Amino acid sequence: MGVIVVGLSHKTAPVDVREKLSFPEASLADSLKTLRGYEGVRECLILSTCNRVEIYAVAQDTAAGVEQIKRFISEHRKIAPESLAQSLYVHTEAPAVRHAFRVASSLDSMVVGEPQILGQLKDAFEAGLKNKTTSAIVNKLLKKAISVAKRVRTETKIAESAVSISFAAVELARKIFGDLQGKTVMLLGAGEMAELAARHLINNGVKSVLVANRTFERAVELAKEFNGSAVRFEDFPTELVVADILICSTGAAHYVVTHDAVSKALKGRHHKPIFMIDISVPRNIDPDVNKIDNVYLYDIDNLQGVVNSNIEGRQKEAERAEEIILQEVETYLQWERALDVVPTIVDLREKVEDMRLRELDKALCQLNGITDDQRRSVEAMSQAIVNKILHAPIVVLKQSASETGSEDLFQFARRLFNLDKDLKKCVHAKGFGGDEGKSE
Amino acid sequence: MNIQFFQAAMVVYLLAAAGYIAYIIAPEKKNRAVFSLVATVAGFLLHTAYFILRWSESSRIPITGFFEAINFLGMGIVLVFLIMEARYRIAALGSFMLPLVVLLMVPALAVSGKIVDLNPVLKSGWLGIHTSLAVLGDSAFAFACIISVMYLIQERQLKKKHLGAIFHRLPSLEIMDTIGYKAISFGWPLFTLGMVTGSIWAEIAWGTYWSWDPKETWSLITWVIYLAILHLRTLGWRGKKMAYLTIAGFLFVLVSFFVVSRIQLGKHVF
Repeated sequence: MGVIVVGLSHKTAPVDVREKLSFPEASLADSLKTLRGYEGVRECLILSTCNRVEIYAVAQDTAAGVEQIKRFISEHRKIAPESLAQSLYVHTEAPAVRHAFRVASSLDSMVVGEPQILGQLKDAFEAGLKNKTTSAIVNKLLKKAISVAKRVRTETKIAESAVSISFAAVELARKIFGDLQGKTVMLLGAGEMAELAARHLINNGVKSVLVANRTFERAVELAKEFNGSAVRFEDFPTELVVADILICSTGAAHYVVTHDAVSKALKGRHHKPIFMIDISVPRNIDPDVNKIDNVYLYDIDNLQGVVNSNIEGRQKEAERAEEIILQEVETYLQWERALDVVPTIVDLREKVEDMRLRELDKALCQLNGITDDQRRSVEAMSQAIVNKILHAPIVVLKQSASETGSEDLFQFARRLFNLDKDLKKCVHAKGFGGDEGKSE
Repeated sequence: MNIQFFQAAMVVYLLAAAGYIAYIIAPEKKNRAVFSLVATVAGFLLHTAYFILRWSESSRIPITGFFEAINFLGMGIVLVFLIMEARYRIAALGSFMLPLVVLLMVPALAVSGKIVDLNPVLKSGWLGIHTSLAVLGDSAFAFACIISVMYLIQERQLKKKHLGAIFHRLPSLEIMDTIGYKAISFGWPLFTLGMVTGSIWAEIAWGTYWSWDPKETWSLITWVIYLAILHLRTLGWRGKKMAYLTIAGFLFVLVSFFVVSRIQLGKHVF
């Protein structure tokens, strides 16, 4: 009854598959409740980000649970199961726990060490809690995953250097200007990546934003969003004088920012440095601009180069993180194993007690006219037999609770004493009958 | 006897320099910078103790002759470094400043530390004022030079887009540009006062304010270079050009110390 993970990520599925499968936030509550309604699904949680869609669940029977979850995915997202077969991965037991910890610690992310995934995982957890689709096991798993992620972050340098292009831009700006407070950023053209970079710079202290765009209305719109001011596209060379950082992505097929314009602007600003980021492909800033003193021009490949070298540095840290995760998986599994032994022992006691009472009743009915003392001694005898018989198995169960392979022992005990009474389990148990025959 | 304080200071500086270099090449080891800072402070205290002992022994401020001048320059540089480190918290400064201190002091170890009697005409309160002001000005120039070297390294990395381990350790271009300029605008007035007091002292000792001896002439050139740096700054010169100029200025200071003062001509021979 361990954790099941069924999902796909940037590692197994291209974006067109991922987007089809992603669960929109607005209807997440419904999706969770629907999944919880599938037979045998006891706990569930849906993590849906742009890079991964994963379901964390606990089912009465793991193998059947996996099938139910797969069925849910294809029914709910209306995708043929065959088209998912290649992309979906399934983890159960220890590998499932390890997967959860790796995801939380951002070791499985497209950009290893990026911090967003932990927040996304926390949101998914909250949704599960709010809709009451999670319980003891998934709750414990998620809490543990979050604390493991924090441990990884503090004990390794995995998240220290910038490993996304927009963060790399911030890192470079910091090395040029130090404090970004009081600096001006100019957006030339608008694109998602340019906006993202601008947003990161603003989050890091940049106060003043200028936006220039071919369509002035769009510039006004964007400027409003950033609390900045719009500039007419033709005027950008004059405005360049006040820009400390220029982010360029106009989509033009030629150089928009020329060597002349930049050297003129630099004179105007008394040679104070300019950091230029050319996100456009083909490039919009003349590469020769980088030869001008106090101009630092980075195109998309340069930024990627910075990112790559930082990623290399993270590789070593990632190895240390993996070690931490292995330790933590072990401690989690110990908890889960201990959890499993309790219901088994309770079931065992209940079952045998039930038998004892029934047999005692029968016997007492036949023994007419015995004294109260005699009755008590018969009762005590039945109790003593039961206790003596159960003593050894219960001790063994408890002792093995924290050992690996104990799940098998619990399963075996349940089968031996026929503790799973529902029909499905009986069928299942019969299926194992053959094995027993073989082993004898 | 007192020389042992000097030697101990050197050993501690050497340890600090080694610690700071180890710090800058291995980014994850932060405690190396802490160790090195503690060592630098300890070295400075030993150094100061030596300075005071020598002062009391010779009953004049010990900034006369090559050994004492270098000794005081080293102290001045460490002092400027400690002030800047306290103010800006840039451990990477130590990785450049301490090796410079060690390099400067090695020649001092080689020459005799013996206290020499001073020519009676030179015995005057002006001596200490003139020399200490000039050498403190030089210390500030040394700092500006070092920060310019750091600036050029960082600038080059940013331009060439090869960001090594040192990139993460070095501060931003802007802060280096700013504090380099600050150091010069702090050092130049001291240097100027050093020259003015020297001139007054010369008038008292020899009856002439200025006599174009090699040291005087060379110092005048140095003074003009730093004046030019300050002036060009107001015209908007900054960054790489400024850094080169600042380094060039300090080369004149070094030549003044190690070459001009050794020429057996004029009054500044020591």
